[in-house]
Amino acid sequence: MRHVLSALVQNVPGVLAHISGMLASRGYNIDSLAVGETEEPNLSRMTFVVVGDDKILEQVRKQLEKIVTVVRVIDVSSKDHVERDLMLMKVKAETGEKRSEIRELADIFRGRIVDVGADELMVEISGRENKIVAFIDRMRPYGITELVRTGRIAMVRSAESNE
Amino acid sequence: MAATKSATDSQVMSGADILVKCLADHGVEVLFAYPGGASMPLHQALTRYADKMRTILPRHEQGGVFAAQGYARATGKPGVAMATSGPGATNMVTAIADAKLDSVPVICITGQVPSHVIGTDAFQETPIVEVCRGITKHHYMILDIADIPRIVKEAFHVATTGRPGPVLIDIPKDVQQSQVVPHWDAPMQLPGYQIRDRHAQPEQIKQVAAAIKRAKRPIIYAGGGLNASEGSAALRELVDKTGIPVTMTVMGLGVFPNEHPLSLDMLGMHGSVYANYAVRDCDLLLGLGVRFDDRVTGKLEAFAKHAKIVHIDIDPSELNKNKEAHIPIVSDVKYALEALNKIVEPPEDISDWVEQCQAWKEKHPLRYDESFDGILQQHAIAELSKLTQDRDTYITVGVGQHQMWSAQFYKFKKPRTWHSSSGLGTMGFGLPAAMGVQAAFPDALVIDIDGDGSFQMNIQELATIHCEQLPVKILLLNNQHLGMVVQWEDRFMDGNRAHTYLGPIHHQEASGKGRSAFAQERYPDFVTIAKGYGIAARSVSKKSELREALEEMINHKGPFLLDVEVPYQEHVLPMIPTGRTADDIITE
Repeated sequence: MRHVLSALVQNVPGVLAHISGMLASRGYNIDSLAVGETEEPNLSRMTFVVVGDDKILEQVRKQLEKIVTVVRVIDVSSKDHVERDLMLMKVKAETGEKRSEIRELADIFRGRIVDVGADELMVEISGRENKIVAFIDRMRPYGITELVRTGRIAMVRSAESNE
Repeated sequence: MAATKSATDSQVMSGADILVKCLADHGVEVLFAYPGGASMPLHQALTRYADKMRTILPRHEQGGVFAAQGYARATGKPGVAMATSGPGATNMVTAIADAKLDSVPVICITGQVPSHVIGTDAFQETPIVEVCRGITKHHYMILDIADIPRIVKEAFHVATTGRPGPVLIDIPKDVQQSQVVPHWDAPMQLPGYQIRDRHAQPEQIKQVAAAIKRAKRPIIYAGGGLNASEGSAALRELVDKTGIPVTMTVMGLGVFPNEHPLSLDMLGMHGSVYANYAVRDCDLLLGLGVRFDDRVTGKLEAFAKHAKIVHIDIDPSELNKNKEAHIPIVSDVKYALEALNKIVEPPEDISDWVEQCQAWKEKHPLRYDESFDGILQQHAIAELSKLTQDRDTYITVGVGQHQMWSAQFYKFKKPRTWHSSSGLGTMGFGLPAAMGVQAAFPDALVIDIDGDGSFQMNIQELATIHCEQLPVKILLLNNQHLGMVVQWEDRFMDGNRAHTYLGPIHHQEASGKGRSAFAQERYPDFVTIAKGYGIAARSVSKKSELREALEEMINHKGPFLLDVEVPYQEHVLPMIPTGRTADDIITE
């Protein structure tokens, strides 16, 4: 099972090292981890994608909550939520024909060409995991030269978030 | 900083003085501190607060933290240790990890290289906060002198509340030396540390009471959480009201008297047969302040297989971690027991069950060969137990066979009188821990029951007990071997000796070819070593002289080492091999 956990943490030095160290030392399998500031400058948000059964999820959550600098942990995936991942990708595009194909595909996936090199294009795309993966698959035949992803971020929809 | 500028210059203090005053204001009466370059300003400040706090100089930083642990374990108050940067700090690491696993509230303060050279591999620089992240409950590096009072306040709060544990404070030398007008009342900033609501709900207490009422074969499995929450009296009351038998973990020994008719003593790998059988057959297991450690459970699936499990612990992450509970309750265990005691009714009829437990106890008592011609470890401990029952006695131990025998054969009456490195199993714990207990209770009888392997891991603390006039007694059960490893070699590795003999390598014992139950030569000469440190000592090898030797040790005014010659082929029994069940228990 795949779960998205969102942790609100104090924005103090070492908190990322502490959390990633805890996850590693307890052998939890983390698919993705994204960190950034929140609306409050003294708090950061970490989003984890954890793979494991309910028992593992419960332990990950409790172990996270036990860390003094972790303020709150929410299992986002148990609620109605929006999930996004941002990707930048360089794809080989030596000929005009390939360039237009890539551009067309990027349009279909609501991606954007953000840089044009002599023989490659840089595409920016965001969305859910399955969409990103589908786009990567479409681009493989052209030759992906570089790929970078932010990792998952997620937010509970308003209707259910007033807890 | 702005808020403090209006104050007068006369209130300006150095960071070191602020930190030390904060310790005094938190009621610290003794700390264990070893100085070095990066902590000298702190030590200078300590001399200015000598009327409020006693500073004891251990002979190794690990000894310092274990002494702080001994103080904390015996009193329930936080222990404090201090060291310099680099090696001073890393020497503390083992004892910090130890405090984490046994949930002991200690505050470890380390000097750090000046903040402008942090990260440059400066002399005696180690990233001690990085090193200690996973083995502390919390940790700080103080980079702003204005933060000192707040951080010290937070450190004491975090160390002592909820599930207690070690907190590290790293403070660079320039922060110790700089000056500021301190703001003593700075509020804590711990938005992620909410432990207010760790109290069982009335509904949960009713469920437990109902389970007890229905139980036919209930048993209480009591652990260190009962010490941490001072829940021993509430446990006694629960047993008085319900008549349920009690077994204890290594960390739980002392919370219920061994001599009570309903005590089943310790359970687990080297626990009693009767405790392990009782857990095997029970239909209700009341786990109180415990964590279902592998040394207790053996094979998890078979542990308390037929039982409804109630698990009460203050740390939510312990619930359902190893063993799923039917009634998991996050609560301070004393609070939960006091609430339970108000409504609990005894089970309908458990007399058959209690009789069964008694029958097991009579059939399989903890025992040893009383006819052995020489002094057996178990005999020495049992004799010591008899001789010290009427005194205010505290026992500390190292790790290994002597530790398990002490847990089995010393009869404890009160909580916080038995101190063992239980979770981490750190050899060398006994002597420095005893030193900390003695510093807390100068008039008590504090005895380190030790093995010759463990003892040598912190033997340097003999200097501390002499120089600081801490009259610790050491009962050294000297078998010239790493007895527990030898036992496993004998049981599971055809007796092949692999670096478990502690004498010269050309001796026959080194290759397992010794011809006697005792090592032929004794190395080192512990009596001479003790005397070199200024400590009274004698050795004893005849059973007929044991009692008199023990009395001499106990009655000696200062520290005393009694070197007891014991055999190395004696095994700790009963024993459940790793990952096995109560049915696999070895009794001979």
